This record gives sequence, structure tokens and C-alpha cells, in this order.
Amino acid sequence: MEKELRLMKGNEAIAEAAIRAGADAYFGYPITPQSEVIEYLMAQQPHKRTGMVVLQAESEVSAINMIYGAAACGRMAMTSSSSPGISLKQEGISYIAGAELPCLILNVVRGGPGLGTIQPAQSDYFQSTKGGGHGDYRLVVLAPASVQEMYDSVELGFDLAFKYLNPVMVLADGIIGQMMEKVELGEQKVRRTPEEIIKQCPWATTGKPESRDHNIITSLDLVAANQEKFNIKLQAKYKEIQDKEVRYEMINCEDADYILVAYGSSARLSMKAMDILRAKGIKVGIFRLITLFPFPSKQLFELADKVKGFLAVEMSAGQMVEDLQLAVQFKKPVKHFGRFGGVIPSPEEIADALEQKIIGG
Amino acid sequence: MAEITLQDIIKEENLVYKKSKVMTDNTLSYCPGCGHGTAHRLIAEVIEELGIQSETIGVSPVGCSVLMYNFLDIDMQQAAHGRAPAVATAIKRIMPEKYVFTYQGDGDLAAIGTAETIHACNRGENITIIFINNGIYGMTGGQMAPTTLEGMPASTCPFGRDIELMGNPLKMTELVANLAGVYSVSRHSVHTPRNVRKAKKAILQAFESQKLKRGVSFIEIVSNCNSGWKLTPRKANEWMEENMFPFYPLGDIKVDGQLVTK
Repeated sequence: MEKELRLMKGNEAIAEAAIRAGADAYFGYPITPQSEVIEYLMAQQPHKRTGMVVLQAESEVSAINMIYGAAACGRMAMTSSSSPGISLKQEGISYIAGAELPCLILNVVRGGPGLGTIQPAQSDYFQSTKGGGHGDYRLVVLAPASVQEMYDSVELGFDLAFKYLNPVMVLADGIIGQMMEKVELGEQKVRRTPEEIIKQCPWATTGKPESRDHNIITSLDLVAANQEKFNIKLQAKYKEIQDKEVRYEMINCEDADYILVAYGSSARLSMKAMDILRAKGIKVGIFRLITLFPFPSKQLFELADKVKGFLAVEMSAGQMVEDLQLAVQFKKPVKHFGRFGGVIPSPEEIADALEQKIIGG
Repeated sequence: MAEITLQDIIKEENLVYKKSKVMTDNTLSYCPGCGHGTAHRLIAEVIEELGIQSETIGVSPVGCSVLMYNFLDIDMQQAAHGRAPAVATAIKRIMPEKYVFTYQGDGDLAAIGTAETIHACNRGENITIIFINNGIYGMTGGQMAPTTLEGMPASTCPFGRDIELMGNPLKMTELVANLAGVYSVSRHSVHTPRNVRKAKKAILQAFESQKLKRGVSFIEIVSNCNSGWKLTPRKANEWMEENMFPFYPLGDIKVDGQLVTK
């Protein structure tokens, strides 16, 4: 069959992917730089294409609670926002994690703190990978570095969300959301029938038949010992995710003396920096993070034996670098280079930083 | 003629009342004299009488009735404080053929969840909202609610609600009645058998009206909180009649999409 190719923005690609993946619902609230997601969906009229429910909520708080309601019914539900809006969603995300429900959350990150800026940033790494809301929980965090990966993150994200009954976050940034690239679209999947959903999600609140006890979706247990037991179960799940779901890409690391560790747009910029450095005879490789949680700690720990140093490149004041330092465990120097507040670093700056901070340092 | 004993009377044909099958056997967690138990029972009876146990999904709030899902034998979801109308919106949009209701206290519905309440009502979601108004935060220990009356003491207004300092009590029910997406609105109580019968009829109609797809059916139940009000159950009901009902008058506010003119 001929490939279906289209030139799309990252935000449009993920919206189209949601329809084609057979998602049941999208609830969102507009915010720059990701409003194209809901605009695209509304223009596509997915209720006509597949029966998918799309609704503009009155706030991000309401949107994430709609996701909570849809997920409790065993549905494939997605929301999207950008940094200040994602902060508002944290209460709901904590409830969804606490109730062990699947859902997909897109954050097209912009510079902060506060209202910050509408320009791209990667300064929500801590919030995304360390929980974000209250309580001991984790999200699976995927970091797409192209419009194609934005598209592909929907199916992967829903697969992981339903496999582990856990919210999955796609952590993009304003560049990935706004830039246009060629995308290969997948086939339209048929949405699951209500009967298939009940079979796949016997825990879902879809109406209690005579044949089973009533289903309850809650994150509450007033008995501390029970709540601790539940937390231990959650931690075991996160451990399993850590063991099985690490995803990363190593580029030119075989002969490398120095490693640029980056994700998303920073990884794309680092590719160019690597070319600049290699042209000078400096052997540089890239370790691109695809999952931010789980973090590929073991792989980086092992790589540390073979190289002279690491430079974490991120559009933040230094967040991912802390996980990198923990992974490398002082075996080799780990430094950070970042531009932030919405400023995008140039490949030359990244190359200079490696020379000065790692080679020169 | 032989003497009639109690055992002779306890027979199936003489049974005039029994617990609804839609209520579980779990012991209610409410204070003696509280109206929540009665309100739960009415919802359970309506679900049973309409034969919609397998078609109903309830959303419980944060507050005293957070554990409602332990008492009703239907599928239920517990929502974050104030967010029940957003949760119910999604459930109903996804499964429009089901019966979906929220059960919310005054702090939940009229303070922290004001936005969710107003917008779910304004969108005209085909859901039923049951609003329990006792003018106080019961579970957290008797703090001032958005519906606390002027002069009424609470733990965060120990000298009584001072309008100048704390603002006015909020008539949320009259407010939502003015929204186009709201089909029916009425205010009830469950402290006397007569009022219980009226409240039950309203709940029944509210569930039935979900089929019409004409928007929200909204029922306020003015209730007591004898623990929070620091009164005996009987005194609390008297206090409710004397103080709550004049400010929150019982009766129909909107019928078949039309505001009731008094």
C-alpha cells in the first residue's frame, strides 16, 4: 500500500494521530503554543469521522477532570496543554495516577515560571518526571524529537497507559509543536465497541450488571496501613516500568569520547553541534532520551566507562542534568548547558559549551 | 379468638417498607440525625423503581458524602473537590444512554466547584445534580460554607457570618436556574415524611428527564448538620425550619425549562 504522507505541524500531527488511533475522547482548553491541537480536532469533526468526543472545557482543571471521568469508563482519552495549563492540571493528574487510570497528556512546553513566555522551553522536566502533583506517583514521560514522533507517541502512549493503568505524558516543546515536517500517517483504527471496552477494562464504571459487584473508581483509603500497601503496589509498578520501558537512541557513541545527552528539540540542535565538533576532529556522540521516566540510568552508567565526559543539553536552567549526574555517579564529569526562558540555543553555542566545560574544564 | 402475636404480623403481605436493593449493607458513616442517609435512600429507591441500576453511574464529591460509593450498589466514581460536574460531563458525553448524577455538598458545588457547576449547567449536560446544602463544612469540622447564613456561627466565623467581612451567602440554585442549559430546578428537604415524599418525586422526575436530553436537572436538598451546628438532631431540624428555609425557600424554581414566577 502507498504511504500516506502529509506536511503537518507537530500539534496537528498528534491530533490526527488521536483520531486515527481510535481515541474515544479529547478534552482541552486553549493555550499557546498548542491551541492547534483542539483547533485541528474541531475542524476535523471527529464525532463524524469516528464518533470521538471532543469538547472545549471551561478550564484546564475541568478538562483534566473530564479525562478522569472518561478514563474511568475505560475510554482512550487525551488532553493537551502548555506549561501554565499543565500546572493547573496537576490535581487531576494526581487523582488519575492515584485511581490507576490510563490517559494521555500532551505538554507543549513554554518558558516559565509563571506566565513566562510563549516561546519553547524544556523547563517542565522536574514537574513531568517527578510526579508533578501531590503524592508518590510517576508518569510515563515520552519525549518526541520530530513531528513524526509526535504522531507516533499517541499509539505508544495509549499502549503504555493501558498496559500499566497509568497516565502517560508526551513532553514536547514549542518547537516540536509548531514546526512542520513530513509525517507518515497510520491507518484509521476502528474504535473499540462498548462490549470490547468492558472486556478489556472490567474495572471500568460503565454501569453495574447483575453479574458483578459495583465498580468504584477512587483514590481514597482512609486507613493509613491500606494506603501504604497501595503505595507499595504503585512503587512496584514504577519499578517494572523502569525495568521494561526505557527507550533511548545512541548516535555515533561507538567511538565517542564525549556524549551530548539531550531530548526533544535539544537533541535535534545537538545533532548539528555534533557535526561541528566532529569536523574539528572531536569524537562526539549523542545519547537521546526518548523516555524521561523511566530514565535510562543503567545505560548511561555503563556508557560512562567508555567516555571522557557528558554534557546535558536542555532548554532549562538544569533539570535533566540531575538525573544524568545520579546515573553517572561521579564516574566521569557531567556538565550542563542550557538556554532558557524561551531562548533556543544555537548549535555553535552547544559545541562551544562542550569544548569549554568538558574538554577545557 | 386467639391473641395476635408479633410473629403473626411479620409476613410478606404485611410488609410496607424495606431497604432498597440499591443500598448496600455497609453501615452509613453519617452522624445520627443527618439528612445524607435519607437523601442516599431516595436516590437508591428511585434507581430501583426505574429499573436503571445497571444503567446508572454516580459521581461522589469530597466532603461527608465522599464514601457514598460504599452505600449505593451502582458503579461510582469519586471526584476531586468541586469537579464532579466535569467528571459527569465526560461520562455522559461518552455514554449518552446512561443515567449520570453527581451528589455534592455546598462547599463542593458552590465554592471550589463553582466554575464546574456553572459551566456544566450552562452547556446543558443531560445529567442530574443533587446538591446537599447544610450551610457548613461538615467533614472538615464545621467551617464557614458559601451558603452559611448571615450571623450563623461556624469554626471560621465563630462570631457569626459578618457580611461586611466575609461576603454574602450564595444562592447557587437560583443562579443556575437562570442558565439556558438547565431544564429543571427545585429545592427540598428530607426532615419530615411529607418533605421526603416530595424530594423523592423530584429525584424521580430528574432522572426521568435525562431521557428528554434538555439539559441539567438540579435538585437542592436543604439539610441539617447537627454536629456542625452543635445542636441535637431535633433542635437542628427546628433551627433549619426557622433559619434556613426563609433564606432558601423550598419549592419549584424552574419547571420544564421555565422559571417559576411567584
